[in-house]
Amino acid sequence: MNPETKPVVEVVDLFRKFGSRTVIDGISLTVYRGETLVIMGGSGCGKSTLLRHIIGVMKPNAGSVKIFGDEITAMNDRQIDDIRRRFGMLFQSGALLASLTVGENVALPLLQHTDMSATEVEDTVTQKLQMVGLSGFENLKPAEISGGMRKRVGLARALVLDPELLFSDEPTSGLDPIMTAVVDKLTLELTKRSGMTAVVVTHDMTSAFRIATRMIMLGRGKIIAQGTPDEIRTHPDPEVQQFINGEPDGPMPLNLSQDDHEHHPHVKARPLVSARQRFRHKIP
Amino acid sequence: MKNFLRLNASLLYWIFVAPFKGQMFKISPIFRQMVFIGVRATPMVALTAFSVGVTLAMQAAHSLQQLGAEIYVPDLVMVTLLREMGPVLIAVIVIGRSGSAVAAELGTMKVSEEIEALEVMAINPISYLIVPRFLAMLVMLPALTILGNYVGVFGGWAVCHFALDFNTAGFVLRALESANTWDLYSGMIKSAVFAWIIITIACNAGLHVEGGAEGVGQATTSSVVQALLAMLVTNALLTAVFFFGA
Repeated sequence: MNPETKPVVEVVDLFRKFGSRTVIDGISLTVYRGETLVIMGGSGCGKSTLLRHIIGVMKPNAGSVKIFGDEITAMNDRQIDDIRRRFGMLFQSGALLASLTVGENVALPLLQHTDMSATEVEDTVTQKLQMVGLSGFENLKPAEISGGMRKRVGLARALVLDPELLFSDEPTSGLDPIMTAVVDKLTLELTKRSGMTAVVVTHDMTSAFRIATRMIMLGRGKIIAQGTPDEIRTHPDPEVQQFINGEPDGPMPLNLSQDDHEHHPHVKARPLVSARQRFRHKIP
Repeated sequence: MKNFLRLNASLLYWIFVAPFKGQMFKISPIFRQMVFIGVRATPMVALTAFSVGVTLAMQAAHSLQQLGAEIYVPDLVMVTLLREMGPVLIAVIVIGRSGSAVAAELGTMKVSEEIEALEVMAINPISYLIVPRFLAMLVMLPALTILGNYVGVFGGWAVCHFALDFNTAGFVLRALESANTWDLYSGMIKSAVFAWIIITIACNAGLHVEGGAEGVGQATTSSVVQALLAMLVTNALLTAVFFFGA
């Protein structure tokens, strides 16, 4: 088998329940080296949960997740840490440490995992911040910059160890169209030039079609469509068409009430109370 | 409770085992935490200890005067401070000041995904966040207690010197004669045990916050309440063991 076709991430029959709700219902996917896989789907369809299982933060009820050919669900903490040093992860919120400056946040993986000298660390941090268009922001605290900037700092931090594999949870939400293009271009360059593999969760369709080499669409915990961007664009499934064209009405149900959200892992069922009862103590 | 024991087990691992496996914790964050937990608390600790020393001396003088035994005021101030009031009151201040701050800080980090981000960057949160706070507390609470003892005795001296007819040499001689080293050591042992109680309860509360800002508030409150109760009960137990058993 030549290295080009070696799978970097291999998920087989992943299954996860929260209580009685099945959030991931038998998902299998494979990501090859140099690919950019975009995972799409409506809010609460299990995209972030899937990502959390792939990076080993959550354990599945059944199924297997292999990263770089090693089974992550069967690893101890130390082995997981060894794998985690080889990939970068961009969180939806950026997840910067609020007590550290922007520069210190980006430097953190370098200081913890490498023996670089102070000047080398500084140079690398400057270079990575430049890549995401944030030169000169080193000494600000995360609270002093905008949400979009925080996300770009998160990207710089995810890339600082030059990972072979990058996971991004909605990398472009909260960014303006120009910055979105910059981040997309960066992802493209890294995958094309340095052979990085990227797994991107997004529902920004412009960005998705720009960077994807392959796309997967999730719905109700299952994969409802997959293929190249062209195949997805012309996919016969009306649900897929509704989603990529952003139409309010179609085969996909509109999730407007709590009952519609039964698949959402974060929504806990509450007993139904009348409006009068619910707001009783707030009405003088 | 299960979480609390697990936290203690992993603390022991990261302090005593991991450094020999080449995963040494960093030293500089310990000093940063020591400044926060210890150095910045000194004015508050000094003021409290001074007031307590003065109060103790006044109450002792009032009661002992009726027996014509004012000469024993320094004894009472010294022994009470070293054995009980010093360790307990300084611990109360540190719970209110640093215990709550640690619980709130870690809780905020938990709800804003920072702790998960650390894990995904292969940085162990126990080693990176908890160990420095734990070691800083273990050093600084006894240190603050020693400071508090000094200042408290100074308060006692002030009352004796200005309100009663003690000269300084007389006060010092009486105070030193009444207290032995075990009084000091027992207070230090208590203080170290309190440090462990305060910081592990605060860290445990912070690390297991759920439910946003509201959860952080609840965890902070419950960590303060739990730490206070645990500290006072432990104090009673330790006093029983140290001074009442044999």
